[in-house]
Amino acid sequence: MTTTETTSGSKVLGQRVLRREDPKLLTGEAKFSDDLAIPGALHMAVLRSTVAHARIASIDTSAAKSRPGVVAVYTYQDLKDDWAGPMPCAWPVTADMKNPAHFPLANGKVNYVGDGVAVVLAESKTAAIDALEAIEVNYEELDPVLELEESLADSNVIHSEIGTNLSYTWELIPNKDAVDDAFAKAAYTVSERYIQQRLVPSAMEPRSVAVVPAPFGGDFTVYSATQVPHILKVMLALTVGISETKLRVVAPSVGGGFGSKLNVYAEEVLALALARKLRRPVRWTEERSENAVATIHGRGQIQNIELAADSDGKVTAVRVNLVADMGAYLQLVTPGIPLLGAFLYHGVYDIPNYSFTCRSVFTNKTPTDAYRGAGRPEATYAIERAMDALAREVGVSAVEIRKRNFIPKEKFPYSSSAGLVFDSGDYMSNFDKALDMLGMDELLAEKKLRIDAGSRKLLGIGISFFVEMCGLAPSRVLASLNYGAGGWEAATVRILPTSKIQVVTGTAPHGQGHETAWSMIVAEKLGVPLEDIEVLHSDTAIAPYGMDTYGSRSLAVGGSAIHIATERVLDKAKAIAAHQLEVAEEDLDYAEGVFTVKGSPDRAFPLAAAAFEAFTAHNLPDGMEPNLESSVSWDPPNFTFPYGSHIAVVEVDTETGKVDLIRYQAVDDCGNRVNPLIIEGQVHGGIAQGVAQALFEEASYDSAGNLISATLADYLVPSAAELPSFELGETVTPSPTNPLGVKGIGEAGTIASTPAVMNAIVDALSHLGITNIEMPATPERVWRAISAATRH
Amino acid sequence: MQVTMTVNGQTVSRDVEPRTLLVHFLRDHVGLTGTNVGCDTSSCGACTVHVNGEAVKSCTMLAVQADGQAITTIEGLASAEGELHPMQKAFQENHGLQCGFCTPGMVMAATSFLKENPHPTEAEVRLGLEGNLCRCTGYHNIVKSVLAAAQAMGE
Repeated sequence: MTTTETTSGSKVLGQRVLRREDPKLLTGEAKFSDDLAIPGALHMAVLRSTVAHARIASIDTSAAKSRPGVVAVYTYQDLKDDWAGPMPCAWPVTADMKNPAHFPLANGKVNYVGDGVAVVLAESKTAAIDALEAIEVNYEELDPVLELEESLADSNVIHSEIGTNLSYTWELIPNKDAVDDAFAKAAYTVSERYIQQRLVPSAMEPRSVAVVPAPFGGDFTVYSATQVPHILKVMLALTVGISETKLRVVAPSVGGGFGSKLNVYAEEVLALALARKLRRPVRWTEERSENAVATIHGRGQIQNIELAADSDGKVTAVRVNLVADMGAYLQLVTPGIPLLGAFLYHGVYDIPNYSFTCRSVFTNKTPTDAYRGAGRPEATYAIERAMDALAREVGVSAVEIRKRNFIPKEKFPYSSSAGLVFDSGDYMSNFDKALDMLGMDELLAEKKLRIDAGSRKLLGIGISFFVEMCGLAPSRVLASLNYGAGGWEAATVRILPTSKIQVVTGTAPHGQGHETAWSMIVAEKLGVPLEDIEVLHSDTAIAPYGMDTYGSRSLAVGGSAIHIATERVLDKAKAIAAHQLEVAEEDLDYAEGVFTVKGSPDRAFPLAAAAFEAFTAHNLPDGMEPNLESSVSWDPPNFTFPYGSHIAVVEVDTETGKVDLIRYQAVDDCGNRVNPLIIEGQVHGGIAQGVAQALFEEASYDSAGNLISATLADYLVPSAAELPSFELGETVTPSPTNPLGVKGIGEAGTIASTPAVMNAIVDALSHLGITNIEMPATPERVWRAISAATRH
Repeated sequence: MQVTMTVNGQTVSRDVEPRTLLVHFLRDHVGLTGTNVGCDTSSCGACTVHVNGEAVKSCTMLAVQADGQAITTIEGLASAEGELHPMQKAFQENHGLQCGFCTPGMVMAATSFLKENPHPTEAEVRLGLEGNLCRCTGYHNIVKSVLAAAQAMGE
């Protein structure tokens, strides 16, 4: 730890507390959505388009309806009166954004492979799936629009009702003349074009939903493998036209999300509408190959980035032009994803002039939306790759170009040229620590030795210094971006009559360990054992308010709400204790569950006694409500800005093109550290996902618009054998924007690691004149680049 | 078809469709939902169980093929008294799981692997678990857990 004092002196915060979630998950006791026993449930199956772009000439469901076990088969026409509105998009980023109406089943036309065409309900899952094959669909095929620049040209318009493939153009150009001037006067410029390939998020648990109607009264319980039970409840009410008071949404154990479960999906909407229609429980669980086409994809951008620099290599302007792939429709926050990166294309560098433009287009592919990092990995990739390009141009090292351009520590809080205020940071110290840990000099010597010796396996060292905005988000800032909701988080802390403590949170964990971390926050404040605290979440009947879990927000926003609620409960307990002891509140000390009178430690009143007093209400101070609980909704005043140095070391086999990641080091600064065990786990997993984008994963389409990497046999989620162990370090710069001083860590690894790996590959090969390789850097791509570079 | 097998020490007998996979037999017919289904190409390993003590992806086997065999699922790994298996303990102590969906398969694969190779190197653990995918942990702490379990079980 370098700078903080906040967590020193803590008893619980900062400790490597083992997760209380684990025993259930380790013994098979935990219930994921598909594990729930739901007697009498109908099984739903969705017939999906096998073509990317076509008019539906006819659908014949009669044969399917007569199959054994089939209860009903519906198409768009059969259900068109069952909706109160189209599928929701909650982020209309501009007033004139084009958003074609999107319903759970295709209305006369399919727009991507995987688009829902018909739905079957049957008494068993096998009967439902078998019946899909008996549905006859005649398609009149249309040419698909698959490439982004082709889409922009508008020669083939997907949604004729909006007349264009361009959903919106969004600009952030505070001073165009200044940017132009900086480029005109630049001693060095670089102009780079990068492709962010589409990715399939691939949470290990497929999506799953079950809707159980109450026999009387019209209430519905929706169980869903979702990251956003609260948002889902609101959106289901609006889309299906059921009063919010009749809906309860529960997210049971959820097997990872990575943004892909931050959505409102057709199957959730269908299951609810059909449970209402048939008055029977309806359940559905996705097949993996269905997941590949029917769950959102991530990334999908063409990035053009230009840097202008003076003769010292100090960057004076950055200009970015993006084309972003929305896919066939706008899902919940699809259009907002490029905006989450839009403010970060200057990275950690003090760049005075800024220009960002994004044009977002429709294609005949699966809709895109949030995928771990959401916009910020793309921004970090572009600036960190471009900084290496600038270093080559200027003739200095990747280390030196960064050091010349870092935002200096003295400038924090830093007002960026993109209009944000960065909370805190000391980039140089973090970088120096990372370089020390790595042993950069030895690696550089080894790299040179191999080149000089003509070794088959070359070494490359890639640096990525990232910053992200997370802790989503101040509601007023979201309003300025036209986001359709707030960014606050809710918490209730209550001390029960027997002095056990209930914490109710609006966050919705799906692997992050909130039950452990939230207990630690309360235990720290109250000095009570962790075992006395239970954390309730992910059920709108128990935790009615919340904004759920995404965008590395849960600790910074939800954890802060819990911290504040705990303080208020303690204050109330103190008032009760003071009343009982007949002293002034300011005369009381508190430690480890006991109030004592200052100077007379034998005069004590335990917290447990205050809890019981609040319960009996026999002798409370006048006017005090008989409870010992506090509910808080906390809206953060700013984003948080975690950062860190990530360095990848690769070995490139020049004969086969194979890249081996042999070392990976991350020195992250996520502010104060609540549970290092969980932090490290988040960093490890994040790194693996970012490395996977660099080396392995791509949602590849053929020329007809078929996803050809639609199974886990074709889409290469890395296994343990493809990755090394990771080397982690940390610095700690507390955030001044929340009471815990935390910043967030859920997405950091993914944001940082992709450019680190790609910079390392280019570094290994740059003496051959190679400056770029597209992702994923497969052996074939790398081999072709080496062959082309060495042929002449 | 009638199939009979031992599952976690208990004899179970059910009438199933011939096409029923072992994983669906365990989940839907026996009600043991700890074994998860993560894919449809036998790629992810979430459904790994032990058949006669050896790791098998239970989506690669029909229930009828398991007739007469002894199956152990994640529910049967801890002792009858509820004491966690050393591998389960190692996963908790080393934070070898996050969302926990791949975990049952990962733990079953890892225990079987250690039977074959009780003193593995890190590289051997990584290769040994190649058939089990995890999206949360980056494998770092899974590998650490398996090495720790190997040490604990060797003592």
